[in-house]
Amino acid sequence: MTAKLRIREVSVAFRTRKGAELVAVDRLSLDVADREIISIVGPSGCGKSTLLRLIAGLVRPSSGEIWLDGHQVMDPGADRGMVFQSYTLFPWLTVQGNVEFGPRLRRVPDATRQEAARRFINMVGLAGFEHAYPKELSGGMMQRVAIARALANDPEVLLMDEPFGALDAQTRAFMGELLLDIWQKSPKTILFVTHDIEEALFLGDRVYVMTARPGRFRAEVSLTLPRPRTLEVTTSEEFVSAKRRVLAMIREETARTMGAGAGADDGRTV
Amino acid sequence: MSLAQPGVGAPRGSGPRGFFAYFRPQESIPRRVYLGTVTGSAVGLVLLWCIVSYGKLVEPLFLPSPTAILAAAVDLLRDGSLIQDAQASVYVIVTGWALAVLVGVPVGILMGSFKVMEALVEPVVDFVRYLPVSAMIPLLILYIGIGTSEKIAVIFIGTFFQLVLLVADVAAHVPHEQLDVSYTLGASRAQVVARVLLPATLPGVMDTLRITMGWAWTYLIVAEIVSADRGLGYLILNSMRGLFTDRIFVGLLVIGGLGLLMDLTFKWLHRRLLPWSPKA
Repeated sequence: MTAKLRIREVSVAFRTRKGAELVAVDRLSLDVADREIISIVGPSGCGKSTLLRLIAGLVRPSSGEIWLDGHQVMDPGADRGMVFQSYTLFPWLTVQGNVEFGPRLRRVPDATRQEAARRFINMVGLAGFEHAYPKELSGGMMQRVAIARALANDPEVLLMDEPFGALDAQTRAFMGELLLDIWQKSPKTILFVTHDIEEALFLGDRVYVMTARPGRFRAEVSLTLPRPRTLEVTTSEEFVSAKRRVLAMIREETARTMGAGAGADDGRTV
Repeated sequence: MSLAQPGVGAPRGSGPRGFFAYFRPQESIPRRVYLGTVTGSAVGLVLLWCIVSYGKLVEPLFLPSPTAILAAAVDLLRDGSLIQDAQASVYVIVTGWALAVLVGVPVGILMGSFKVMEALVEPVVDFVRYLPVSAMIPLLILYIGIGTSEKIAVIFIGTFFQLVLLVADVAAHVPHEQLDVSYTLGASRAQVVARVLLPATLPGVMDTLRITMGWAWTYLIVAEIVSADRGLGYLILNSMRGLFTDRIFVGLLVIGGLGLLMDLTFKWLHRRLLPWSPKA
């Protein structure tokens, strides 16, 4: 199998004001297949967002390489769409205008562009809100528009950085199901960063658990849950046992960042 | 006023009732109570003024009665000087302010968006903005003389440096992730500036225009203190020499009225031009 996205030994280090070297992510390697959904979980500050920003080209690696479809990632580009945790819709554009933003930059003809925008607005269940401004939408609706905006640009990879993190629990569960529904209709390669273990397991084909800073992959949990999935799978035995394992790892890593020095240390000093 | 009615429309919940219920920090109050208080405040002030002036509690020299001021205003309108004074002042203020906006908004956006520009501009601006405008007048007279241009220059200097800093702050606070997401949608650097950064600053810039217009009015007297022969500031200064207190009040009321009118116009424009703005 040739991977769609290859991440090879990527590290990010920077100097603090006091001159100390801080390693944010440390020699991460990962292969992602076409149309695969990878979830990444880890304690706060482990560099999971940095990993997405690296793939997006918004951050340059200190060392290592990222390849997408045989091209090395150097800069941001439309082939890697991103959805952020914070609300990033352009407030001066309507829902339709936001979704058309990417295609408009590429001078896609009016009719094609509008048609595509309508299709994705329908897909995220916001038909009828085409002419609404972001200030008239709820948080969940804004994130649905952000997803539609990213998808309307037809990226090769969709990078999602805790996109549902600011939403309440009910909306979150709904958004997870919606995302899988969209994926069924228009499959994309997705990297999904979250701190919600259940969300990570529910969405991902594989779940990567990261260590506390410097961020490394600590474990990979693969699920054999069938697709299409509904929230019912979250009560299955495989799901619950996987959840228990991941939870234990995250707790250990979180304890480490808190300086509690919980067991299994590899001799790193803080 | 309705403030005295206990319990009417008071917020529910524990705590004090009636009058004191309106003194919960940041809590909203019924619209009726709000409007009633606004009217009460305005009417009360005029009432107090009437009692003090008609009741001869204060010398008319210090506080003329409303009718005396009205009479002075009618006089000044009849001989056409009030309109001319108002026109002269509006011309000076709007021109000085517009020049400051024309130069200051682009400089401010550059300064807030690019660190290089910040390093280039900020030391100068931070230094100059602490200089009192009145202290610059001798230099302005030396450089540009004592005509209308000097007055416009006073307004320009009074507003320009503050405006640059306010606009720079607006540009610096455009959410970084809005720029990031534009790059991931395929925008080039120029496109990010033109299609995201600039529109994102519009509500803030609009607010800044309104605020700095208010400041421009406060520099009017400073601008018209040197050899003016027209203007509302001149009217006030000149009336002081003859102790025409009623005319001073006419000047003040017209300045306040014009200022209020411009403020309302800006708020209206904000709603009209930027219907998407969270502040609209």
